[in-house]
Amino acid sequence: MATQTAAKPAKANILQAINAAIADAMEADDNVVVLGEDVADPEEGGVCGVTKGLSSRFGDARVRSTPISEQAIVGAAIGASLVGFKPVAEIMLMNFTTVAMDMIVNHAAKLRFMSGGQTHVPIVIRTMTGTGFASGGQHCDYLEAWFAHTAGIKVVAPSSPRDAYGLMRSAIDDPDPVLFIENLPTYWTPAEAPEKDHRVPIGKAKLLSEGSDITIIAYARMIQEALPAVAQLAEAGISAELIDLRTIAPWDRDTVLASVARTGRAMIVHEAVTPFGVGAEIGSVLNEELFGKLKAPVKRLGGAFCAVPFSKPLETAFAPQTADIVAAAKALMA
Amino acid sequence: MTNRAVPDAGTQIEIYRRMALIKANDERSRKVIMTGRLVMPYYSPRGQEVIPSAISVSLTDEDYVCTIYRGSHDQLAKGLPLKDLWAEVAGRTTGTCKGKGGPMHVTYPTKGIMVTTGIVGSTMPIANGLAWGSQLRGDGRVTVANFGDGAANIGAFHESLNLASVWKLPVIFVCQNNEWGEHTAYDKTSNVRVADRAAAYGIPGERVDGNDPFAMYAAAREAIERARAGEGPTLIEAMTYRFHGHVFGDQDAYMDKDRKARAMADDPVPRFRARLIADGVASEEQLVAMEAEIEAQIDEAVEFALASDFPGVEELKRDVFAEELN
Ligand SMILES: Cc1ncc(C[n+]2csc(CCOP(=O)(O)OP(=O)(O)O)c2C)c(N)n1
Repeated sequence: MATQTAAKPAKANILQAINAAIADAMEADDNVVVLGEDVADPEEGGVCGVTKGLSSRFGDARVRSTPISEQAIVGAAIGASLVGFKPVAEIMLMNFTTVAMDMIVNHAAKLRFMSGGQTHVPIVIRTMTGTGFASGGQHCDYLEAWFAHTAGIKVVAPSSPRDAYGLMRSAIDDPDPVLFIENLPTYWTPAEAPEKDHRVPIGKAKLLSEGSDITIIAYARMIQEALPAVAQLAEAGISAELIDLRTIAPWDRDTVLASVARTGRAMIVHEAVTPFGVGAEIGSVLNEELFGKLKAPVKRLGGAFCAVPFSKPLETAFAPQTADIVAAAKALMA
Repeated sequence: MTNRAVPDAGTQIEIYRRMALIKANDERSRKVIMTGRLVMPYYSPRGQEVIPSAISVSLTDEDYVCTIYRGSHDQLAKGLPLKDLWAEVAGRTTGTCKGKGGPMHVTYPTKGIMVTTGIVGSTMPIANGLAWGSQLRGDGRVTVANFGDGAANIGAFHESLNLASVWKLPVIFVCQNNEWGEHTAYDKTSNVRVADRAAAYGIPGERVDGNDPFAMYAAAREAIERARAGEGPTLIEAMTYRFHGHVFGDQDAYMDKDRKARAMADDPVPRFRARLIADGVASEEQLVAMEAEIEAQIDEAVEFALASDFPGVEELKRDVFAEELN
């Protein structure tokens, strides 16, 4: 990847985009450092190769493979950030953030506030997750609501290579901790390549399609399920607006509220289980702000309330699919 | 060990000054809480004065320290001004953290006090990161991670010693073994010495009499020199005893009365004071004057703190992120 930075192809996948974003950030600022399990080149640049090439290019002082010690990884990132570094720490899979919860929730998210602004924690915690690769209950949870519920940490989840690049650059620039959620099953899908130094602001959603009947709010892999749903709904005479949230915390209330005020109907789609999820928060705000304008109750469409199953048909049924989105939208129109 | 460093006369007096400051500040804290002038969770470091005093005289303001809820001794020894401390524990806007951290979360980077945590065992992973920063910059700074004997049983301890060892970080892990983890005695929670665990990670580990300023000073100097020379981390298990219950108000029924009485009879602060005089290092008059000066500074700090304003509610939204969000 690193060797391709000079002349970038017009197409890139998310994995390449994140790699390029970290490389470009490291090139621009010596304080950007990378750590995590297997992240350096002798260890193959991470299990999926997201950080491949970085240690060869920037040296193994700045790109360090760690022991399997999630608390130590996030702790080291926090400590280095307190003294001016901008660490990009990889937690191999999102379920393993649970092992480092103390460091993330009690320390990274709170040190700025508890110190009255004297210290701050400009770290990026990169992590991967997503159903669809047959890993069962402990390797593919979306836990974004846990972090979004914690004051002091930002949460982003890009769905395209351009956004992945732009959000990663913004996350590294950000003076506060950012949890960067990568969707593993979408890593290798080629799409429009980002240009160097492209930025996507944290906290800004993207309107992917305009519509007048219903607003569908989604992020990460659910965008891939929602795009064909929008096309199918159009064929059925329903005009759907699709918003890619991109940033979960803080979410783009202005864009979402403006859209739902126009369409009068809203559905939030996420891969995380439905109860107590991001959909509940957004739905609640929509009710509070747009009570008189809603033509139907706000709909939440999330994963089933169970551990992610291994068996293929169950795994597929776990997360919302295009057909579910279409059916739910039609029900809202009825 | 032979040829261990010995503090010179001036350093001995400075160690004592820090010890006396910690002891006086502890006594005043208890009094101020008792008389109802201030409400705060308070974890007394009484009995543990020697450890940070004998370490910090070999550190500079640039060196880093991480400590825990029971950390006022570590903070004062590292140079935290009394006024800033008192205003913080009183929750006032003039405190180190504008009153938003409180006694369990005092931060003061000006003197290298980078993190005070209420979570057992959490100083060590972060201390590694501070030390990693020093290693990357080659700035020669040392980081001290303080923690209790109870914390030595937390996973973060093991992860941190291992990482510091493989990365050869300039960090010193200082276990202040006061024999208690809340209400539970150390020997009920582990069958091994904390210091012996260093061997598992291939780093030097030493159990020291943490109530002996000379022994503590020597052990700390060696660890600091090793860290500054790029030779990696050290684990020090400093043996001491907690004079009071875990937290202010704790009736300490679980503590053995005789053991406690013996420890208090052997109070390290008057013991070192007597030694300084016996050795002709300091005179009685000199120490009396020093102690009076400390009391006066504490008087001033307490009054300053209690006269200071509380932060306005707008502070709820501030410092959550760099920018204020709705
Ligand atoms: C992770 C965690 N578990 C439990 C507690 C509750 N707690 C606070 S202090 C303490 C005892 C810790 O003892 P030790 O580490 O020996 O430190 P000491 O208080 O003796 O200085 C406990 C259990 C906590 N703060 N954090």
